Amino acid sequence: MKRRGFLAVIGAGFAAGCNKIAESDSGSRLLGAAEKWHQGAHRLLTDREALAPEYPRSAISSYFRGNGSTDPQNGDYPAQAAEGFANWRLEVRGLVENPMSLSLDNIRRLPQRTQVTRHDCVEGWSAIGEWTGPQLSLILDAAKLKPEAKFIVFRCADNLNGQDYYESVDLIDAYHPQTIVAHRLNGEPLPVKNGAPLRMRIERQLGYKHAKYLTAIEAVASLDDIGRGQGGYWEDRSGYQWYAGI
Amino acid sequence: MKRHALSTRIWHWLNLVCVVVLFMSGLTISNAHRRLYWGDWGFAPEQAWLAVPRFPDWMTIPGYYSLAVARDWHILMAWPFALLLLFMWVTMLVNRHFKRDLVTTRAEWKPRAIWHDIVQHLKLNFDHEGGKFNFLQKLAYGLVLGVFLPMMIFTGIAISPGMEPTFGWLVDLLGGRQSARSLHFIFAFALFGFFIVHVLLVLLAGPIGQIRDMITGGRHGEA
Repeated sequence: MKRRGFLAVIGAGFAAGCNKIAESDSGSRLLGAAEKWHQGAHRLLTDREALAPEYPRSAISSYFRGNGSTDPQNGDYPAQAAEGFANWRLEVRGLVENPMSLSLDNIRRLPQRTQVTRHDCVEGWSAIGEWTGPQLSLILDAAKLKPEAKFIVFRCADNLNGQDYYESVDLIDAYHPQTIVAHRLNGEPLPVKNGAPLRMRIERQLGYKHAKYLTAIEAVASLDDIGRGQGGYWEDRSGYQWYAGI
Repeated sequence: MKRHALSTRIWHWLNLVCVVVLFMSGLTISNAHRRLYWGDWGFAPEQAWLAVPRFPDWMTIPGYYSLAVARDWHILMAWPFALLLLFMWVTMLVNRHFKRDLVTTRAEWKPRAIWHDIVQHLKLNFDHEGGKFNFLQKLAYGLVLGVFLPMMIFTGIAISPGMEPTFGWLVDLLGGRQSARSLHFIFAFALFGFFIVHVLLVLLAGPIGQIRDMITGGRHGEA
């Protein structure tokens, strides 16, 4: 018991020191620089278009866990769900030449990509599912990005703790071949717990990037004016890494 | 000649800082999802091979539950840790520390010789006839430098979704993403086990002299 107490003092003292460093200006800059360094190394070692692994259908998980928002009750989402999302629209806006408002039917008529991929949650669990939807690049090309567009922001219908969910990626991940606007999971329309009727798949990053209940795709020049400026719901609220490839 | 080369001493202490921060922030990351699985996927209790206990706040970085801050620390230390290990391996091969002090001889693998070594350790007799390290030390340091520490890096790369498009073969070799995560945890605790025994033996062998020598280098031939 005594040794445990001694270890506890050392452990807590060390942790407290780390907290001090993390909370200081230069400390938080250092931690941010480390994230950028990893992203740079990943981009250096990996082809821009390198694909996340795709699995045979036999590898699909017995069911696909829902996490975060699993049944949004805010706004007109429950009413839209009750009518089978018949009037759901996906806005494409921001720094684009042709703003668009797409129906689910519009999205289903685009060329589709089907991929069996693994979803890795930042917490540590994984699940494999088969996703179907058009590549985001098709939609962005149709909308024609203005040259000053640098990031794509995803707006969502779900509301967590009073704030709408949002996420963002840069153009490398936005144009990646496996980045799709998914409307089907395992051959069925996307279940509500997994983001019905539309969610993003950003296969080379962790689960919190894969925005569910997608209502709008917005091209922006900078993330400074999005939420609190860190590029996503969890990034703004809990300090999660914007680059979620680690 | 110094008992410990400058490169060894620098690596030893910097590596200690890296490993301690990585381990303690890793415990917070473990607290975020306290189950381990084999294969490519797993998320439910019935799929897990181990339910991991929750590590108390005094063991973790930060000293409260924050997965985001723990990941910040883990991400910060991962690169220095990997580059330092590479540095240690290159210098060990160049200055022949590896060949001279760590490679075991065939004679040392004879059961009688191993038993003799174990008995000497249990008697707390730390005189090594001849070489710098006895067999058990060579085995322990060899395992740590050659297996445990490199495996932390390989399993770490394998659970990084941004690295996987290039290192998918590594994930397959380790048995899938969740297997790699399990192995990351297992080797972390193998290192923790080494750390405990290492510190214990330093305490038994005279901690002041041992630590002084690991700082100043000491003199060859002096225990």
